[in-house]
Amino acid sequence: MSELFREGTIVKPYERLSQEQILRLHKASLSILNDPGIWCYNERAAKLFGDHGAKVWEEIEQGKTLWRVQLPAGLVEEAVEKAPSRFFLGARNPKNRLLLDSQIPRIYFGTGSETNTWIETAMEQFVSTGRQDVVIQAPRFTELRGNTELLGRAAQLCENLENLDFFIRPVNIQDPDVTEDNHDVNKFFTSLNNITKHVQAGLTRLDRLDDVVRMAKIIAGGKKALRKNPIISFIACVFKSPLQFVKDTADKVFAIVEAGLPLVISSSPQGGSSAPVQEAGMVAQINAEILAGITFTQLIREGAPVLYGSVPVRARMDDLHDFYGCPEFNQYNIDCAQMARFYKVPCYSTAGVGDAKVPGMQALFEKLFTHLYVAMSGAQYIHYAFGLLDRTNSFCPVQAVLDDEQIGKIKHCLRMPKVSQTDVDDAGKMIARVMASSHRLFARHARKAIHAGDVSKPYRFESRGMSDRVIEQAVNRLAEIESRPAPHLSVDVLDKVYDEIPGLLPRLRHEQSI
Amino acid sequence: MNEQELIEKIAYNVIQGRVVAEDEGFDEGLEGEPAVTELMEQAVEQNIDAKKLVVECLTGSMEDVGEKYDKGIYLIPDMLASAECVGAAMDILGPRLAKAGIETKGRFILATVAGDLHDIGKNIVGIMLKGAGFEVIDLGNDVPADRIVEETRKNNAQFVGLSALLTTTMREMEKVVKSLQNVGIRDKVRVLIGGAPTSDKFAEQIGADAYCRDAFHAVDVLRKMNI
Repeated sequence: MSELFREGTIVKPYERLSQEQILRLHKASLSILNDPGIWCYNERAAKLFGDHGAKVWEEIEQGKTLWRVQLPAGLVEEAVEKAPSRFFLGARNPKNRLLLDSQIPRIYFGTGSETNTWIETAMEQFVSTGRQDVVIQAPRFTELRGNTELLGRAAQLCENLENLDFFIRPVNIQDPDVTEDNHDVNKFFTSLNNITKHVQAGLTRLDRLDDVVRMAKIIAGGKKALRKNPIISFIACVFKSPLQFVKDTADKVFAIVEAGLPLVISSSPQGGSSAPVQEAGMVAQINAEILAGITFTQLIREGAPVLYGSVPVRARMDDLHDFYGCPEFNQYNIDCAQMARFYKVPCYSTAGVGDAKVPGMQALFEKLFTHLYVAMSGAQYIHYAFGLLDRTNSFCPVQAVLDDEQIGKIKHCLRMPKVSQTDVDDAGKMIARVMASSHRLFARHARKAIHAGDVSKPYRFESRGMSDRVIEQAVNRLAEIESRPAPHLSVDVLDKVYDEIPGLLPRLRHEQSI
Repeated sequence: MNEQELIEKIAYNVIQGRVVAEDEGFDEGLEGEPAVTELMEQAVEQNIDAKKLVVECLTGSMEDVGEKYDKGIYLIPDMLASAECVGAAMDILGPRLAKAGIETKGRFILATVAGDLHDIGKNIVGIMLKGAGFEVIDLGNDVPADRIVEETRKNNAQFVGLSALLTTTMREMEKVVKSLQNVGIRDKVRVLIGGAPTSDKFAEQIGADAYCRDAFHAVDVLRKMNI
């Protein structure tokens, strides 16, 4: 199994920052962590930092106790160096494992966001009011409230999207029988029961972590098997920007790191509100927040597998909402990918989000703009990339199908050049042969490249006539994918999971057997 | 290899689109194995009946290839590779077929008209026509009307295929049709035209027999003419 993993795409990274600029930002981040330092709302974390040489003192702010922590540069640098540079994220199907190596820009794309709204798409016919013989097809969109059934559908769909490498649940479960207490086990179960790729999520309740980990052990085949093949991992946004270390998330980080499972230390400051809008300020601040988070994980347990989770966004200046599909977003994210590479920690990045509320031209522009640039950065683990609309507020499966096609083209585009001496020699022979023929056509000689998958196919949803049928064709493809069986867990595993994990909804199993 | 094995192997290699041994096929691992040229030469050495070779190795195989293309299994390069195989086989069999009094489907004069250097489409048509059993005389590109007419007359060709990519050169096609009339052989030849700016309507306007939107359509048009 150790050799199996998804191929991904190794790219030649596009770098905005020079080495000098990287060092300048690194020093700026260390300086921020040293003074003013961080505002820590978790006593245990503050103590841990203090025990390792940070300057810590207590303050009361608006009636709340907090600890000011000033981290010396040496403490941060030493801790970050202990974070592993290379590790695997596991999967139910070992062929779907991911190899994250900070020094190899192998890119993977996945979902994300845990939206509350699912957007269903149906094609309808419309007749022109002026001419009854003119009939067109157009999409109609319906908003549904996210639930376990839709999460299962999303996972089954993502299993079948060939350019999707990992799964972060894109829809929240809001069923009447899902409570805060059983939320974690049911969201992980529904995901793992419908996809064999890596599953990652945030944790709702710290006291359900043990149940989630036990479920993962049963599915992976035991404690040792889960260590070798961590089929699940977690996301912890331990900083509330600017520079505030969150109490309950810090507790979750303690528990997840102690459980030995991989973790994303993510930070998402908004340029113009919770961070400077200027590139230098934004990157210095987010980098400081992530470095402090990584330091924290390594102080809990040296060598804990952790991702550099950078989700820097910009504020819209008309309403201060997040603004994803804009040039600054790409600049911030590319810089962060370079910083992660500098620290030798695999990078969790973001692409494919925009303001568009439905699939169409605007969505295509916003998504392509970031899908392409962030992929070019060589960030190893790019989330939010499939199906998101209305920023990160809704998930549309038809959009996910469209994104899969777009990401496939980007992966193809960014492949490494094939220009070895053999390639050049073969080309010379081919040209000589063709020039010796009467027709001077290279078409026949394209076959080898076609069969090797080196020649890309036309856009899957292209229209040949005078009307744009992209969405209609994506709707049809979604229906075809959804007609395929889901890769459910075996009956034995299901029995064991249901026997041992409290809080799982019996109907989820019942619905599967119908 | 006995006669039947050899025939089956040639047919298989036509479908695989392998002209010579160094070609790869559609299936994996065929590079280096004898292909249509080598196998057909062996068939000739073994004195296998030329007509039998045409019917059993080439005609049926091209029908298979056409079906695979229609189903989207094969792409144009695969189709052209198979057509080139048939062309290569016909080059080897030609003298024996002539000796046996077996005729091709007809003689085709092919040219890109005067003033136009574009010949990719015309070359693809040439490969496909040869693959479909026609004898093709390709005059190249930028060919004046007089020469096209002269070659048609001299070779007793039954078909003339004209290609143009430019709106400025397509009018040359009309010149060719008129010249064929002027020398009194227009009723002895079928004129097929093609190229991006041309159309059914344009073919009708200039008095051509058919417009072909691409090489595959050209083969279809000829089939519909019962040729």
